[in-house]
Amino acid sequence: MRSAVGALIRKDLLLQRRTPEAVPAMVLFSIGTFVLFHFALDEREVSGNLASGILWVTLLFAAVLGINRLFVSEREEGGFDGFLLAPVDRTSMLVAKAILLFLFLSVVEVFVLAAFAILLLGPSPWGPLPELAVVLALANAGIAVIGTLVAALAIQTRARDLLVPLLALPLSVPLVIAAARACAPLLTEGGAGALEARWLAILGLYDLVFGLLAYAIFDFLLEE
Amino acid sequence: MNAVFGRGLKTLSLITVALLVGAFAMVAFYAPNDADQGFIQKIFYLHVPLAIVALFGFVAGGVYGIRYLRTGDRLHDLRSYVAIHLSLILAVGALITGSIWARGSWGVWWTWDEPTLVSFLIVFLLYACYQPLRFSIEDPERQARYAAVFAIIAGAFVPLNFMAVRMAESLVHPRVLSTTGGSMPGDMRLTFLVSLIAMAALFITLWKYELASKHATFRLRALKRRLADGEDAWTPNPRRSAAPTL
Repeated sequence: MRSAVGALIRKDLLLQRRTPEAVPAMVLFSIGTFVLFHFALDEREVSGNLASGILWVTLLFAAVLGINRLFVSEREEGGFDGFLLAPVDRTSMLVAKAILLFLFLSVVEVFVLAAFAILLLGPSPWGPLPELAVVLALANAGIAVIGTLVAALAIQTRARDLLVPLLALPLSVPLVIAAARACAPLLTEGGAGALEARWLAILGLYDLVFGLLAYAIFDFLLEE
Repeated sequence: MNAVFGRGLKTLSLITVALLVGAFAMVAFYAPNDADQGFIQKIFYLHVPLAIVALFGFVAGGVYGIRYLRTGDRLHDLRSYVAIHLSLILAVGALITGSIWARGSWGVWWTWDEPTLVSFLIVFLLYACYQPLRFSIEDPERQARYAAVFAIIAGAFVPLNFMAVRMAESLVHPRVLSTTGGSMPGDMRLTFLVSLIAMAALFITLWKYELASKHATFRLRALKRRLADGEDAWTPNPRRSAAPTL
């Protein structure tokens, strides 16, 4: 299974290198959203709860863009048929796509965090960077799992562009609650506060529950 | 096969009607008026059972989804579909009665301070996508499979979501919700329990009726097809995705 996952990831990374689609779109979308937030809120700088909320809503909407594109090549170029013909475990598709989405989100967040710090954020995010990275990693894992499931559910339907945000946004409410609340004290003016363990626990629980669930039921989304 | 669906429905309906009439009579004549909120508090006997039964219906939809995936029996898919479909209707009822209650006792139609409200809305929004998802898949077999997967994910999401939302709000607004807890006097609790049982009976009765009705429709269609002696007498429109069939 490990080699199948590796091959799938390499295939998608190669596709991304030849025709970069998802990651630049996600980064540009995020920066555009920050500009919109600046004008909509009429704030020069944001911090604390507001900053954390803006960051997470933007990241989530950007993730929806990536989720929408996740299985498009499989659907349009017959990748599903090729994969189903190959003698590998079907769950490797889930693992590969979730890791890929995780990587995309991490790369996007590097740029988005920098842009956020330059454009809109009042306090510097570089001090509490390790804590931020932990929250981001845990939340990315949850978004990656849920996103892969939702993308696999929606890709076979007629209304897939509509269904992805409709399904992904309510499903990620617990993630946003936990991630935004965990980041809020890190982004406050005048020194970062402490990271609260219970939000990390919620994030970890979310990842665990949906990771196991996705692992158990993903097979049914690929059978032909 | 038909008998299986129709059996006992009459008795069940009569019991449900008796329970509902009894519950409403108890609400009107037996339960005391709330000291703080007065008469408006009585909507509680309608609102809370609606919400609880709707949530159990959602989870039941997930359980039937698991059973469908394990057995491949289309009947389980139909059960899951009908359970979620009915729960959605009850959830709308719960949201509306909850709004009326909130307006009456707190003075606002909606408040974000109450975690139960917010998490219920999120669950409702998620399940509102169930039918759009179903009906935008044409192949009936795949439709059933995808709907089951959705029902399972969403069913697992219900408790997790409640936990997260409750944690998010409870520190800012400490509020212990005492719907079934100790602060209710005995006659109120009794009325509430009867209302809850009546609502659950109503749910089960409606669920069985819809299953029987759908099953009768399928059988009628099959018989018509056989009467017209030819497989091509009734051809489903391939572009139109319909409710689950057996």
